[in-house]
Amino acid sequence: MTEPLLSVEDLRTYFHTGAEVAKSVDCVSFTVAPGETLGIVGESGCGKSVTALSILRLIQQPGRIERGSKIMFEGKDLVTLDDSGMRDIRGNRISMIFQEPMSALNPVFTVGDQVAEVARIHGSGSRQQAWDRAVEMLTLTGIPAPEERAKSYPHQLSGGMRQRVLIAMALMMNPALVIADEPTTALDVTIQAQILELLVDLQKKFGTSILMITHDLGVIAETASRVIVMYCGEVVEEADVKTLFEAAHHPYTEGLMHAMPQLGEPRSRLNVIPGAVPPPTDWPKGCRFRERCPYSWELCEQEHPPLYQISEAHTSRCHLAIEPERRAHPHPPLVEQLGVPA
Amino acid sequence: MSGSLPSWAMETSDRIKMVDRLREAEKQGPLISVKNLTKSFPIKRGIFARTSGHVRAVNDVSFDIARGETLSLVGESGCGKTTTGRSILRLIEPTSGEIVFDGKDVCRLGVSGLRAARREMQIIFQDPVSSLNPRMTVGAAIREGITIHRLAEGAAADAIVKRLLEEVGLRAEYSTRYPHEFSGGQRQRIGIARALAVEPRFIVCDEPVSALDVSVQAQVINLLRDLQKERQLTYLFIAHDLSVVRHMSDRVAVMYLGKIVELAAAEDLYRDPIMPYTQALLSAVPIADPKVEKTRILLQGDVPSPASPPSGCVFHPRCFHPAKDAACTKIVPPLEEKAPGHLVACIKQPPTSVTWDAQEKAGGVNKPARYLPVAAVH
Repeated sequence: MTEPLLSVEDLRTYFHTGAEVAKSVDCVSFTVAPGETLGIVGESGCGKSVTALSILRLIQQPGRIERGSKIMFEGKDLVTLDDSGMRDIRGNRISMIFQEPMSALNPVFTVGDQVAEVARIHGSGSRQQAWDRAVEMLTLTGIPAPEERAKSYPHQLSGGMRQRVLIAMALMMNPALVIADEPTTALDVTIQAQILELLVDLQKKFGTSILMITHDLGVIAETASRVIVMYCGEVVEEADVKTLFEAAHHPYTEGLMHAMPQLGEPRSRLNVIPGAVPPPTDWPKGCRFRERCPYSWELCEQEHPPLYQISEAHTSRCHLAIEPERRAHPHPPLVEQLGVPA
Repeated sequence: MSGSLPSWAMETSDRIKMVDRLREAEKQGPLISVKNLTKSFPIKRGIFARTSGHVRAVNDVSFDIARGETLSLVGESGCGKTTTGRSILRLIEPTSGEIVFDGKDVCRLGVSGLRAARREMQIIFQDPVSSLNPRMTVGAAIREGITIHRLAEGAAADAIVKRLLEEVGLRAEYSTRYPHEFSGGQRQRIGIARALAVEPRFIVCDEPVSALDVSVQAQVINLLRDLQKERQLTYLFIAHDLSVVRHMSDRVAVMYLGKIVELAAAEDLYRDPIMPYTQALLSAVPIADPKVEKTRILLQGDVPSPASPPSGCVFHPRCFHPAKDAACTKIVPPLEEKAPGHLVACIKQPPTSVTWDAQEKAGGVNKPARYLPVAAVH
């Protein structure tokens, strides 16, 4: 196996608000290999965006990356790296594409200026060279008439165009890793299809690794080669994309797949994961999915499940791995037995 | 006895019941009939706010909704689906057109007539946070409609509120809590209870699940379908998520730049989309199955500005139909029946009432082609 490009070990990012501690990311570990696309999927509040922001050290007070966390990237530990070292990495070796392109762009500068700024900060060339490179990147991302468009302001562009500008900006310095945090969630489906195609094309061209963060299993299926599923600040399952969709092991992953209406399948009543995600200040004891799970038993309450090895490169944080026969006997989950409504 | 039936049999018997219901409804005529609805917003410029033009958000839209049916409006942002939904309730005053609700023309109603009509027509909004008053308890919010329409008072009203909360899957005690104490999915349930409070017959669901997570979204979709069955509700379901729409609807209308470009039974539309835009839209939906190799139609460019829509067929600048020609830029395609119950606005998909002579006169060089399935496109 090749040396991973990024390796996150026991990442814990806690938010200390008054008396409570929100454990948004709680002992998350994963690696990204050079040139691969790793998908992180989960619902709101599962910690996927905080994980991304932690990698770039963009966590603000009262949030904090706790001691013992390690983020190894190109031989450096990003957790302990000093601020100037971090600035050399941000936008240069690791860049980010945000969900809402309008709020990620500065409304009072032209988009060409903003794309060129990346090269002015990290590059060595002149202003003119930076501008030329910006126009070249805008061309690569498929913006029509890039010379003129570079002189427009963000509000003069459509949502899809703005997202292309952000992609141009992210790829400006030919980074080793691009973190895409819900890059197509704010876009219409036909534009989403264009943008995903563009990302895949550019990845092939530049050999960039992508960390694709999304709640949409469809986007994951079409872009990622390996997937981690997050729930309550933890990784609950990790597998390559085919295995995950064919043989999901964790009941949460299974539930997510069945809860999604699908175009190709016959119309029937949707399966539901009852209840809601608990608050991050108060994760349940034992297995965090226990109360919403149709298979849980005493062990799930007593013992926090470790990541079990299901097969090579497939892990799952579920005790079913040691008692698989229980899968044949689902029962109404605890939230329903207690009458706690969704 | 129904409890002992397997699930597929339940589905089938449900379907038979649905067909019966729709047939019965047909005899009574549609519940809602929208004819030539148009809404244009003025564009104001300069310090004196002179009107310099108009945006036709909804342009000559007509459809019927049968009793107990769910009709969905789908399309991308800015296509006019929300404006259509709100115009029907006259939350937005339509510019022209006719909206007939159960025999009454909604557009001609006075203030008191409109208030009475709104008891029967309700709306569920997309964003459950901004559609609930943060300073009103949930109980008070649900009760407001009951009081305004004088449906019940005092203890009787309280009882209705509690029953409604339970019906949407919340606890009756929650009526004294404030909206911020609830999660997104719970707030959407409150929005549904509020709409149901006045016992409407028709509900406009304006992107009711778009702001929710997948697992919660499924709960709300199931709830909406259960309520429809129990209360014989008629829905106009507005959404941009095509998988959700397929799950909810009996019939689907696809909108593009203020116009309906295709309208058909959900099954037919998803199996055999005829209008090139619908084909592209459906092929763009990401499929959560890595094994599926898709033929994807990538549309070029963005949706044009509704302030200056293209001439002729509004879709022609992005259209990939092999028979596309100058006639498409001049002739506004009528919404016509191409297959039983399947309405499409495209002059290049026969049968069409726009004759070849007329197309030739408008610069047409390609005769209307044969029906074009998705797989043949790419």
